[in-house]
Order: sequence, then C-alpha cells, then structure tokens
Amino acid sequence: MIDPVFLAEAAINGLLLGGVLALLALGLNLIFGVIDIVWIAYVDLVMLCMYAVYFVVQVYGWPIWVGGLVSVALGALLGIAVHLLIISPILTSAPVNQLLATGGLLFFLQSFATFLWTTDHRSVRLALPRLEILDMPISVARLIAFALAIVAMLGLYLFLTRTYIGTAIRAVSQDREAMALMGANPQRVYVVTSAVGGAMAGLAAALLIIQYAVHPFFGAAFGPITFMICVLGGLGNMVGAFVASFIMSEVIAVSGVIWSTEMGYVIAFVVFIVMIFVRPGGILARRG
Amino acid sequence: MLALSNVTAGYGAFTALWDVSLRVDAGEAVAVVGPNGSGKTTLMRVISGLIAPRAGTLTFEGKAIGGRPAYEIVGHGIAHVPEGRRIFPALSVADNLKMGAFLPAARATFAESLARVHALFPALAERRAQRAGSLSGGEQQMLAIGRALMSRPKLILLDEPSMGLAPVMVLRLFDLIRRVRQEGYTILVVEQNVRQVLKLVDRAYLLEVGRIKMEGQAAALAEQDFVRKAYVGL
Repeated sequence: MIDPVFLAEAAINGLLLGGVLALLALGLNLIFGVIDIVWIAYVDLVMLCMYAVYFVVQVYGWPIWVGGLVSVALGALLGIAVHLLIISPILTSAPVNQLLATGGLLFFLQSFATFLWTTDHRSVRLALPRLEILDMPISVARLIAFALAIVAMLGLYLFLTRTYIGTAIRAVSQDREAMALMGANPQRVYVVTSAVGGAMAGLAAALLIIQYAVHPFFGAAFGPITFMICVLGGLGNMVGAFVASFIMSEVIAVSGVIWSTEMGYVIAFVVFIVMIFVRPGGILARRG
Repeated sequence: MLALSNVTAGYGAFTALWDVSLRVDAGEAVAVVGPNGSGKTTLMRVISGLIAPRAGTLTFEGKAIGGRPAYEIVGHGIAHVPEGRRIFPALSVADNLKMGAFLPAARATFAESLARVHALFPALAERRAQRAGSLSGGEQQMLAIGRALMSRPKLILLDEPSMGLAPVMVLRLFDLIRRVRQEGYTILVVEQNVRQVLKLVDRAYLLEVGRIKMEGQAAALAEQDFVRKAYVGL
C-alpha cells in the first residue's frame, strides 16, 4: 500500500504540471482552431525560447523576469514568422502537405539546435526554496509556474471574449468566410492568432526552464503529450483542452508514483487510446 | 448605385455566370429570381467579393469593385447576408452583432446601430446573451440581417433569406424585410420563393443557367405567363 502522503504529493505535482501543460495545449489549440493547421513543431518553438531564457539569465546574468519577457516576445515573433514563411504559402494545400511542412520544421529546429548548442542539457539555476506543507515538499518554482500559467490563461480568456479582435478570432474559427464579409482580413487575423499562440509558447518556455533542463529534443519529450491533450479535449476546443491537461497530468503524476514514471506515460497513452474510441470528438464534445 | 456589366464568373473550370449585366439604383429593391443552380448565389458572391469575376466590370457608386477582396468591399457599404445565414453559432447574439460592426467606421456608431437593429428585431434584444446556434431558424435569419445592418451598409445583398423556414415564418420574414426597406436601405435579393419576393421588390431579373433571361417591373414580370407557370405556381 502506498503512503497517502505520497499520493497527495503526486496529485499536487500533477496539478502544478497541468497548469503549464494547459498553457501549451491552449496555444496549440488556438492556432489549430483558427487556422485549421496543426503546428507539429509547436513545442520545438518552446525549446528555442527556453534556450533564449537560458542565455539571457544563465549566460548573460539578467534577472529571470527579463528572460521571461524576452521569451514571450521571441515566441510571438517566431509565431508570426512560422505563419508568414511556412503556413501562409500552404494554407490551401492538402492537409498531408501541411503536416509534412510543419513536421519538417520540427526536424530542422531540432538539428539546428543540436548544431548550435550541442545535445548538452542546460538549466537555469534559480535559488528558489522548497516549501514543506503537511510533510510534503512542494517546489516553489512549480508553484510560481502554475500561478503564472493560470493568470496567462485568464488573460487569454479575457482577450478572446472581451476584445474585438479576440472575438473576431473566435468568429473566424467558426466561419472564415462570414468573418471576411464582416470586414476582417483573414490573413491579419491569422497573424494575430499566430503571435498570441507563439507568445504562449514563449511564456510556457520561461515557466518550463525553471523546472526542467533544455536540450534540442525537449520538443520530443513534451510534444506528444501536448498533442494528446489537444485531441483528448477536442481539437480547437479550448475548455476541453484545459480540462484534458489536468486529467493527463494527474494520470501521469499519480500512476508515476504508484508504479514508475515510465508506467505513468504508458497509462496516459492507454487512457488516451480508450478515450479516442469512447469520445472521438473530445471529452467535452457536444453529442448529436 | 450598383452596376454590373458583362460579368462572367465561376469556380475552377465551371462557369456559373455568363455575361451578366444588371443595375440597382439607390433606394430600390431588386430581386433576382430563377431556378436552383441558375447562378444566383454566384452572382451575390461576385458582388460581395467572395469570388473574383473572370470578365466584366462591377461598379458601386462609381468606384470599380470587381476583384477586390470581400473584407474591403464591405467597407464601401455593401453587406452580404449569405445563403444559409452563416451566423457564428458558438458566439452569443450580442457578439454576432458586435462582429457585424467590425470595421472601425462601423464601430464608431456601434451603440446607435445596435439600437436600430434591436428596434427592428426585438427578439434579438431579448436573446442577446444566448448562443446564436440555439436560436430558431427565423431568429437566425433576423440575426444574419441584423449583423449585416451593423456595418451601416448602403446596399444589402440577401441570398435566399426564406430558405429552410416554416411557411408562417417566411411571411413574417418578408414583412421584416419590408420594414428594413422602409428604413431606407437599398436591397438586392435572390429568392426561390418567387411569388412572395415579387410582391416585395420594384424590379426583378430572371436568371437561367447563368444568363439574364428577362428583366422588368416586378408586377409586370409576375403577370408573364412564362414566369407564372414556371415559378409562381399559378
């Protein structure tokens, strides 16, 4: 029998991880929902931004919040660049070509990062304390990451529901052509969406680098789980992705403690495959 | 106000409109009638810029608009209420109307436009917080028209407004369109419900297999034996 304290600790860690995963999933899902293209290389953009934070903070000695701002700005610029250089020219081509193009970007970014920075693992060392709550050690870095992720998602929610351009982004995801009839240039809406999605990747990078080391294959570690969350929540469904993030992170964290970390991922994939059969449209899909 | 001369348009290798010329004067209500697949929707789409004409010219208030993108043409004062309504189903009624006033010029007069739309369609005011997709077919059509009015258009293109509505709702809808007309908007409407639409408009064009076959005063057209037999069902 496993000590309930361990289980509780795992559950809390799962919750905290879920916050950052949700940020990634929402960014990817936002882009997919509006532009209808899955950015296979999304988490590799996160990887690039993590390197940016590493250099700004660890190599050049700036404070972490500067690194975070640089990362968000870089993420937004990368998002715009990916849209203009890669997505825009293939917007109307077959879905398989779109997957190949963004998949190609993934391999390019991985190799490019390996070429520039080798496969060494690099981390940002912050002197953050560990808290003891009811005998459970809780990482302050994770708490901060969780809190900032939640604040960012709240900001995204307000942006999408309270501003003209945010509402237009949701409208385009429902009917591209009708929104053009309202006077919105779809290309401009796509660029804004890509910038917002990229900025979320940048923020996620800053929150991840205070918990994990970065290496060129970081995207391969976090990419699959991010896609699983998006599909589980229903591609394009923001609330679904949010809920699915916490389901997946809890499954990984709790079964990781009961069995092993590897087993945690195995079980997460099993849950995913079962859910695909039970609810192919996502956990929150409307029936009928 | 709007003039098309010798416009040819289509999709890919398929040509849906051949050499179409028509005009709509300010303050007029004009109908284009014709059977299914005669090119009526293509005609609307080419005017609002959703597809580019292959040949011919389109002018609106003296400006050439042929081949300009849709998001630009709405700024000139042409609002297109597309076939099948095409409201944003997951947005609230209020947000749908807000999107109708997306352009900066329309945004500046948002409150005034909204009051006018609510006065025309009180149901939209009552249901402002509701998801647009949960409205009835008739209410969705009102929302689609209201959303178009939010852009402060001079000319409204209505594509099959009565499509998919119950007969009693069709009559109500035509009454509402009549009221929109009385507000001073110029209307170009495409309809399969020929009998009703000819009572609404001043002039009409008959479109068949992509070509204008006949043109005239609505009352005169309704009297034509040919039109009566084929479309009015008398």
